[in-house]
Amino acid sequence: MIGVRLYLAQRLSAMIMAPLILVHLVVMIYAIQDGIDAQEILSRTRGSVWWAAMYGLLAAAVSVHAAIGLRSIVHEYLKITALPLNILTWAIGLFLMGMGANAVVAVTL
Amino acid sequence: MMIRPHRHQPLWFAFVLHRLSGLGLALFLPAHFYVLSLALTDIDALNGLLKWTENPLLKFVEGGLVFLLAVHIFGGLRLLALEFLPWSPRQKTYAAAATATAFFVACGFLMNAV
Repeated sequence: MIGVRLYLAQRLSAMIMAPLILVHLVVMIYAIQDGIDAQEILSRTRGSVWWAAMYGLLAAAVSVHAAIGLRSIVHEYLKITALPLNILTWAIGLFLMGMGANAVVAVTL
Repeated sequence: MMIRPHRHQPLWFAFVLHRLSGLGLALFLPAHFYVLSLALTDIDALNGLLKWTENPLLKFVEGGLVFLLAVHIFGGLRLLALEFLPWSPRQKTYAAAATATAFFVACGFLMNAV
């Protein structure tokens, strides 16, 4: 139930995410050094085109990746196929992308 | 209960680990995005939640989350290496190194957080 296109999208999104997630982990380890405070973090992330671009790309890639991954699990365990499976995949992907865009806008703009 | 033979294979274990960590991370994602979006809509609620994460139990859970992420990312890199690089016996070493790095990253996070 994963065709060539979805397989490639899954691998491509993984390749995009891998370095960005490592950057994210290092940033988090750095950011929590002296406790975590919303104002302090936002003062550093807001108005930065680079953070917005990096986290925008990460949120988009992770949404695609999670939607395809969940599609496999749902197909294997719940035996959902064809159109309902496609609708579910798109619904999960768009839902995550919407929430992700919201989060990126809130933190960087 | 009889365990099917393939379930004794290390590769089966790698598959299960990758799938479960992926499922856990996917379920965490909406909550993560929601909390971050509070920066725009309700900054006091965001600060309240950030304060809540100072709780030692939450630190422990966060450490677990980072572990899931580290396991999933390095397991995924192993998969990409298997599929896209010419296969070699050295990959067993890479896999072991990947697990060690995942553990190291998670421990580093936990030590910083606690």
